[in-house]
Order: sequence, then C-alpha cells, then structure tokens
Amino acid sequence: MATKKFMYVNRKAPYGTIYAWESLEVILIGAAFEQDVALAFIDDGVYQIAKGQDTTDLGIKNFSPTYSALGDYDINKIYVEKESLDARGLTVDDLMPLKWEDEDEDWAEKDSIKVVSADEMKALLDESDVLLNF
Amino acid sequence: MKLGIQINEGPYNHEASVTALNYCKAAIEAGHEIFRVFFYHDGVNNGTRYSTPPQDDIHIANSWSDLAKEHNLDLVVCVAAAQRRGIVDEGEQERNGKDGNNIADGFRISGLGQLIEAGIESDRLVVFGD
Repeated sequence: MATKKFMYVNRKAPYGTIYAWESLEVILIGAAFEQDVALAFIDDGVYQIAKGQDTTDLGIKNFSPTYSALGDYDINKIYVEKESLDARGLTVDDLMPLKWEDEDEDWAEKDSIKVVSADEMKALLDESDVLLNF
Repeated sequence: MKLGIQINEGPYNHEASVTALNYCKAAIEAGHEIFRVFFYHDGVNNGTRYSTPPQDDIHIANSWSDLAKEHNLDLVVCVAAAQRRGIVDEGEQERNGKDGNNIADGFRISGLGQLIEAGIESDRLVVFGD
C-alpha cells in the first residue's frame, strides 16, 4: 500500500461538540495503516491538548489522557500554531507534555509537540497528501 | 480523478450532505470516479431509511440511495459513530440486541479503516462539514 502524508487538522474545542474526540478515534485507527501521520492544532483546537482538563462537572468523558498515548502509536509530529496559542493567552507550558521514544537513540524520550507559526503551518498543510479536517 | 468523500454533518440541520451529493453528481458527470463516500460524526444520520421529510423537500437519504444504485457508489457509515447515534443494520441489530434496524438502501456500516483507505486510495479526499 502506498504511503501518504496524512495531516489531521484539529480546529475545535475538546468539549461542546464531539469533533475532537471522534477525530482522535480516527487518528488511533489510522495509526495501524503505517502512513506518515502528523497532527495540527489550530484555533480552539489548541485547547484539546491543554493540561489539567477536568470534565467532572460536565458529566462527560475526559478523553485528554488518550493524547499521551499517541507516542506509543508512532505519532510524534504534533504541530501547534503559535498565533492560536497567543490569541488565547496560552504557551507551550499550558499544554500536556506529549512525548515519544526514539528507537534509534536508545529510546530517548523526545517532545512530540512543535509550536509553529501560521506561515509554517500553511506550508505543512500544503505538503500533506490527505487533509482530514475536524 | 479518483475521489474520496467524507461527510461530517447530519442531513437538514446542515447543508454539507446535500452539497456533497451535488458534488458527487457533478464529479461523476465530469467523468471522475467516486472511490467511496464515508459518513462520519452526525453524517451517519444521512443513512437512515426512517427519515420522512415533507414531500416538497429533498429526501436526502433516498437521494443518496438512488445515486448509489445508479452509479454503484460505496456509501459507508462509520460503525463507532453509528452506534452512538442509533444507525443500525442487520448485523449491528444482532450484535447489540436491538429490536430493529434502520439503515437505508445502498449504505453499509463499517469501520474507520475505510476512511483511511479512502485517503490512501483516492487522488483527493474531499471533506464536507464545518
């Protein structure tokens, strides 16, 4: 099977609608297809990977711990748009520390998250073969 | 060109499904191939045969069924999204002990892998929704 560059574009807040959670379900299933996978978080989508999510009072499932498992699925290209963080008064320190282990460097733990500018994000989207927009 | 279609919104509440329907018709007319139409999120609600819109309105589920029949389209409803929202075929009825099923003609229920495959196999994956 051909290998393509898949980019999952996450634009919406984690709660309020189901897009974020069902997007994560696609990402996890898609991981089995051995494609070149990257994730983009823009606009309110940056809240999906914010630290300290607590849905107790909402009475719905807090699915945010699942993002920490992405590294185990070899998903380690997670791009977050700087302008979206800035507009919401957030920095990378407000995000969950998503990591992956590099097999080629004796399983060294590395950061999966890379904060990029809107222009860099544009280039990343442009070079993707398949854009899944959530 | 080989096209994969993803529909993320339910019928009537959102125009995405009808826009996708018109897009598919135009694409087929222009000689393109529709590899698969994948219904996700509330988009799975396009696949119920129990929909009864007013007679002077478009019947969206039937329109998809008719198009599928005419052009042998593969209309796939995501199983996980369908289970949440009560879209059921005979297999799901049996598996989950339901007292009936409601899948419309020409639709089938399958997994998210079908969406990924559509991304891999199609020249373009076109997503309809917000």
